[in-house]
Amino acid sequence: MPEIEHGGGISRRSFVTGVVAFLGSVIASVIGIPAIGYLIAPGLKKHTSDEWVPIGKLEDIPMDIPILSTFTRTSQIGWERSATSFGVYVVRKSADEFDVFSNICTHLSCRVSWKDDQEAFVCPCHNGIFGKDGSIISGPQPRPLDRFEYKVEDGTLLVHLVEG
Amino acid sequence: MAAKWISWLDERLGLTTIYRTILDRKVPKVNWFFTLGSATLFLGVLQGLTGIFLTVYYVPHPEQAYDSINYIMTEVSFGWLIRGIHHWGASLLVITVFLHMLRTFFYGAYKYPREITWVTGVFLLLLTLGMGFTGYLLPWNQRAFWATTVATSITETVPFIGPFINTALRGGTELSTLTLVRFFSAHIWILPALVVAIVGIHLYLVVRIGISHVPAKDE
Repeated sequence: MPEIEHGGGISRRSFVTGVVAFLGSVIASVIGIPAIGYLIAPGLKKHTSDEWVPIGKLEDIPMDIPILSTFTRTSQIGWERSATSFGVYVVRKSADEFDVFSNICTHLSCRVSWKDDQEAFVCPCHNGIFGKDGSIISGPQPRPLDRFEYKVEDGTLLVHLVEG
Repeated sequence: MAAKWISWLDERLGLTTIYRTILDRKVPKVNWFFTLGSATLFLGVLQGLTGIFLTVYYVPHPEQAYDSINYIMTEVSFGWLIRGIHHWGASLLVITVFLHMLRTFFYGAYKYPREITWVTGVFLLLLTLGMGFTGYLLPWNQRAFWATTVATSITETVPFIGPFINTALRGGTELSTLTLVRFFSAHIWILPALVVAIVGIHLYLVVRIGISHVPAKDE
């Protein structure tokens, strides 16, 4: 098919092809970006919290024995209020020194529990084992148990819950 | 390079034949009224796509349906747009389906050899109304609830089997979770499956027989 060339400029055919490609991409992004935004919207929402949660009276916390303390916090997810459970292990090292560990395994987020007979925190999912100080003894976990900040006020132990 | 790939695929899939048969087919000189079928198809596809997107958030349960739609409208990015298109597209679709039928009727395009195209079209009109009827309940607001109460009550006036039709539609004697779920199922699975199947026949016949011309004065 003979194409008319205008003094070294682009041909009509390639001009039309270019315009169609350009307009096509504009239309595709006008439709595509809202569509992707719609699908991932809840994932972009951050629910943040920053509070000091009371765990218990100092006189109730025994020395050198890991104690599991649980509490729940509600948050708005979608159009529903739902409760999330948190568990922390408190190990009292001295009168005012503590280790406060999250019970979430650092491997894949299963919950660890303290086994008296093994003197260790054991994760049931992949057999991750942590020592009383939260350190790795064996297993696939990449890092020791996560720690919470804590403080003592009026004889009560509080841990710092930060999310988001 | 691209041309090589296309010809490799074409040799195996017969793309050129499909293209020629569907897009390069001969059409008589017609007017803008002949675009109503394409407009209907476009709106139908749009309803399908926006509908699929809505099911990502919508929950067909009396306690959550309204809240989930409220969430789509206020919290989800472009949720207002997706539902807005689905909402207004539904009304517009009924209008284009109807105008498409009027054109076919007044131009006598339903006559030999296009009777089956016409009959499938009538089924598609009924299915479109069915989609509108079942979709109307899904927001589960006051208007939806009472509109469906009234509309299902109308079936009770059918002699003898009226009460049976009513309870079968509602899944019980009153509107309940069962009503909402069966309307949802009909709206997203049963009726769309029928629509897709019949649109397939309808379009096959349009391509196979070709479209009619605008009738002359003495026809």
